[in-house]
Amino acid sequence: MFKILFRVSALVLAITLVVPLLARGEESALDRVKNRGRLICGVNKELPGFGFLSQDGEWKGFDVDYGRALAAAVLGDPSKVEFRPLKVPDRFPALQTGEIDVLIRNTTWTLTRDTDLGADFAPPIFYDGQGFMLRKELGITSLKELAGATIGVSAGSTSELNLADTTRTLGIKVEAVVFEETETLYQSYDQGRCDVVTSDKSNLISRRHSLKDPDAHIILDVTISKEPLGPVTIHGDNKWNDVVSWVVYATFFAEEHNITQANVSTFETENPEIKRFLGIDESGGMGEKLGLSKDWARQVIAAVGNYGEIFERNLTPLGLPRGVNKPWSQGGLLYAMPFR
Amino acid sequence: MRDELLEEHQKLAELARREEIRPPQSSKAVLPWMKANLFSTWYNSLLTLVALGFLLLVFKGFLTWAFTGAKWSVIPANLQLFAVGSYPREQIWRVWGVVYILSVLLGLSAGMWGGLVLRFALVLGGVWFIGVLLPFEFSTRGGFLGAVVAIAAALFLGRGRTSFRPWILGGWLLSFPLIIVVLRGFGENGVLTSNWGGLLLTLILAIVGIVASFPLGVFLALCRQSSLPAIRWVSTAYIETVRGVPLITILFMGNVLIPIFMPDVDINQVLRMMLGITLFSAAYMAENVRGGLQGILRGQQEAAQAVGLNYVQTMLFIVLPQALRAVIPAIVGQFIALFKDTSLVSIIGLIDLLGVAKSVIANPDWLGLQAEVYLFAAVIYFIFSYSMSYVSQKIETALGVGNT
Repeated sequence: MFKILFRVSALVLAITLVVPLLARGEESALDRVKNRGRLICGVNKELPGFGFLSQDGEWKGFDVDYGRALAAAVLGDPSKVEFRPLKVPDRFPALQTGEIDVLIRNTTWTLTRDTDLGADFAPPIFYDGQGFMLRKELGITSLKELAGATIGVSAGSTSELNLADTTRTLGIKVEAVVFEETETLYQSYDQGRCDVVTSDKSNLISRRHSLKDPDAHIILDVTISKEPLGPVTIHGDNKWNDVVSWVVYATFFAEEHNITQANVSTFETENPEIKRFLGIDESGGMGEKLGLSKDWARQVIAAVGNYGEIFERNLTPLGLPRGVNKPWSQGGLLYAMPFR
Repeated sequence: MRDELLEEHQKLAELARREEIRPPQSSKAVLPWMKANLFSTWYNSLLTLVALGFLLLVFKGFLTWAFTGAKWSVIPANLQLFAVGSYPREQIWRVWGVVYILSVLLGLSAGMWGGLVLRFALVLGGVWFIGVLLPFEFSTRGGFLGAVVAIAAALFLGRGRTSFRPWILGGWLLSFPLIIVVLRGFGENGVLTSNWGGLLLTLILAIVGIVASFPLGVFLALCRQSSLPAIRWVSTAYIETVRGVPLITILFMGNVLIPIFMPDVDINQVLRMMLGITLFSAAYMAENVRGGLQGILRGQQEAAQAVGLNYVQTMLFIVLPQALRAVIPAIVGQFIALFKDTSLVSIIGLIDLLGVAKSVIANPDWLGLQAEVYLFAAVIYFIFSYSMSYVSQKIETALGVGNT
């Protein structure tokens, strides 16, 4: 009898301890952000073009701009965002514990992360893929010719796994040299300690300019992996994921219709969909359905511009071509769902 | 006659004493010094030349890089970033506020205590003065000039007023929370700790760690020596556990596990790192202090008890002053280690001095300049570490450690 009583009380204790934990998850991050008056966004602090501190202490970059866009949509002010620099190992824990509201840190959408890791992805904002950079003088043009080469790669990255998969498929043997720090990887490559370096193509292109003689290196015209990078929210918070997703679509939509940071406030149109988008129609229901203000999309574009503008501001200076990261109408992969 | 003899004798004795006391002549001039030490004989000259050639050979690569290859412009362009990180520029007056609080306090202390404190104040005033001379923006140079004036005025004001010493000590204690409040402000209009960065964050973490871990360490050391088994065991268990774990693990734990365990309490990241660093350092501090305590003979304690001092008085006035004095080098070593260990927070994602360095080399304008940026960060760390070491040497000399 005493034993049963003990067990029951232990169970009750456990439940009372766990329930508040679970109950907390019911509050949508949208309400949390509104109550706090500030968005907390996890970013990368050391990836050229995507996230870094500028000279005057301001956050800059492609991912950072999406954080500002989200703050503009939810709070009507792109400056009401706190950026939390995160490393690869602690980006998902930070999301799960609610320390950050959204993770915009060049994170690849994979099945495992979508399921096991308890993450929900918004539409990718950058389609990347793994490539290879090597010295021109080697005269290599295809992957097969890489047999016997030493290839530098970052430790613990998907790049390392992809490299192993690819070489196995091709049946060639290469020597992978693993580096802990990205800086060391490219420096060692520049000093000739490895023949080839493999990473995401956006990385290779931006880093090529920092090599001693950029023209002596080429990037192979092959892509061995798909790396769709997008914002991440916690699993199960659909309301919040909707908001993040539609902020992304808003930037796509604006580019499709040539709405820019400069003309958004004076944009004149008879197109009912654009009117709905800008919140200048009679109904004004689009924002309400998301739990946002009527002019949320206008706030987004006024804050950071459309997708093309964000890209040109942050990634074009690095020498990155648009590639597939252009609107579907121009043969790219960016496709905004209808604002209806 | 006898008086004359005595006088003669005294004169001689005086002369002998003077002769004895006078330090051996050391030549300060460069050329004689070189001749005496580097080129005294033909084989010494040869050795000197060979060594010089060898050094040149070793450092040739570095020197050619430093003077021709390196793009040093990255440093002045990002100096403010190195100093305060992402601290909002329109609130930078808060940092100046801290500079002024410290300058005034140090100036007053220098006036009242003199000696080492005075020298320290002069050095700091000199550093501020260099800030005035450097080609910063006008407002920055004005700020530095103000700081120089503040130190000088406070020094003048505090000169000789020894009766105010307790007030100044209280001021130093109070300055601590005051500085945190000035830097943080209140609510959303203030500056969030996530915006604290650069050298500012490194110094805050180090100073909080040093100031908090020292008393905690002494307390733990006394507990470990306690005659009550329960206290002794708990203290020993704590010290040994913490010493068995790397600091980075503790920081990761603070960063990842605290939010999981306490989901409703929002302890901010900087505070978590402060706690981690303090708790870690306190364990090592305890062991250093214990070393000192064990060097104090049992008779000291017994004598203190015999004259009627209680336990607290015995420790405070008899045992600890002797014990701590003996382990100053070890304690300062621990402080320096702590200062450098703060750089680990950049792995967690805080933007301290090293974090800024990593962020700067990710700026598309400065890609590939990691050597220049890391070297600069290393020099800054060295300056601070060496200053601590130097001050500790001076304190040791002043207290006569090693002469007893």
